[in-house]
Amino acid sequence: MNLNSELKAMAAGEQGPVRQWAVEHMCSVGGMFDAEDFVAVSQAHMMNDPESVGEAGVAFLENLAAHSKEERHVRIPMITDPRGVDLSRYQAFGQTDDMADLERRNIAACEKLGILMTDTCINYQIIMPPAFGDHVAYGDTGVVIYSNSVCGARSNFEGGPSALAAGLTGYTPRYGLHLDARRKATRRFVVDHQPVGLTDWGVLGGLIGRRCNSYWEVPVLEGIKFAPTSDQLKHFGAAMASFGSTPLYHIVGVTPEARTLEDVCAGEPPVAESISRSDLAALRGDFGGKGDKVDVVVFAAPQLSHVEMNQVAALLDGKRIHKDTALIVCTAPAVALDCKRLGIIDRIEASGAMVLTGTCFYNQFAREVGVANGWKRLLSNSTKIVNIISGYDYEPALASMEQCVDSAVAGVIV
Amino acid sequence: MTRVYKCHKGIGDKVQGEALVADDGFSARYDLDRVKGVFSRPAHKLYGESYQDKILVVNTAKGGVASAWMLYEMKTRGVTPRAIVFNAANTILAQGAALANLPLCDRFEDGDITSLIKTGEQVVVDPQNGEVVVLD
Repeated sequence: MNLNSELKAMAAGEQGPVRQWAVEHMCSVGGMFDAEDFVAVSQAHMMNDPESVGEAGVAFLENLAAHSKEERHVRIPMITDPRGVDLSRYQAFGQTDDMADLERRNIAACEKLGILMTDTCINYQIIMPPAFGDHVAYGDTGVVIYSNSVCGARSNFEGGPSALAAGLTGYTPRYGLHLDARRKATRRFVVDHQPVGLTDWGVLGGLIGRRCNSYWEVPVLEGIKFAPTSDQLKHFGAAMASFGSTPLYHIVGVTPEARTLEDVCAGEPPVAESISRSDLAALRGDFGGKGDKVDVVVFAAPQLSHVEMNQVAALLDGKRIHKDTALIVCTAPAVALDCKRLGIIDRIEASGAMVLTGTCFYNQFAREVGVANGWKRLLSNSTKIVNIISGYDYEPALASMEQCVDSAVAGVIV
Repeated sequence: MTRVYKCHKGIGDKVQGEALVADDGFSARYDLDRVKGVFSRPAHKLYGESYQDKILVVNTAKGGVASAWMLYEMKTRGVTPRAIVFNAANTILAQGAALANLPLCDRFEDGDITSLIKTGEQVVVDPQNGEVVVLD
């Protein structure tokens, strides 16, 4: 790969072993994807919850953090994805002191590296959304797909180590979605009806993701006749990325690169594939369960926006959740602070629900938490979480936000 | 007869092992019990199978950036596939393989690698030379 003088100096170790590691790591990855050079990035965002980082990864970060400030500090604004432990509530949530201790070490190492612990997967709603054409190095598939698709920014899926390497150098290898050619539509879907509500959008995203089924496919969607909300597109993209490893979509007339179909096609448009109501019903059918006892109802994945928090509060006002059912709500620290100020958290928790701050349910040692609390049957309005949580030994079901709240109150899936 | 399948240059060193093959995706976070070293998502075609020290041959890498850290953590504990061979990897698995120094390669010239290699066959994966050899 071609390195500019700055990167060459880092590769030669002139700025210490931390930045040297970063360049070597990115060259190895860039080589596999035929990157010719690097591109400067304005922000990095790192997924590093302790369950996935593990003892080995935390030790790796601590080793980097042991170098001098000059050698170890990130060079661009760098923020974090949700944590695995809400240190203010972890015991009530069924987590152990060992988990909390690993999280504390993880946070301490990141802070020494100069990383801002924003602990959010909705940074594009609350911190600083990337601008059109902005090259960034984001972790969290939901963050990447939203930033690429809705903001028109440019990012690959960056796992923790690669996001960190970008933060330490200010660059990322130029491949994949940093290139114009990789952003053109390769699949074309047409809907004949309009999705209503967050879960409808999630199911549609999940279905497109399942059909694309590769990082390198770019779907374009036609037939949407209104401007969806940020929360709707958040659930649409998060589900698509989860079902299909898809990092970018276009919606004709909605997303900024696709004013027309032709805008996102290199030559002839791909053959149109229809998505019918029965296709969507089939995906929903995988996550049924009406009448079953429900152990835990989860609002998370992605974290809730202010608007969603207020919607959940309004649905719970004056209600008590069932004594044998838990209701967990996950949001970002910045949203939680505001919602506390606005009385929204108190309204939610008055029902017996628990609001977790700076975490997301599935990256909180979900298997161990399930065992500790006796949770098996899980209900959510997130198409993403019902897709992924069965690997942690849950039996997931999908319903709208309203049905989820009613089910939490009834103790059975309504 | 020995069969040679050419692929794109990958990551990591040459290794040999027994193939475990499925026309299905792969995510370290969503598909595995990483402590036991088995596939744990019931809908996965390899559900219940041990992946330890196998040459895992699968179709695509699936969602979740967590796999990048997880491969390193799994490698440190010694509970990993010996190599992972994809039709199409994604960026996350490549990044994780780079940190963990776990052999990985993808993009085969002869088509669907999950239909060209059978579970139980002895396989040599050579990412730097871009080839996978199935032994007699």
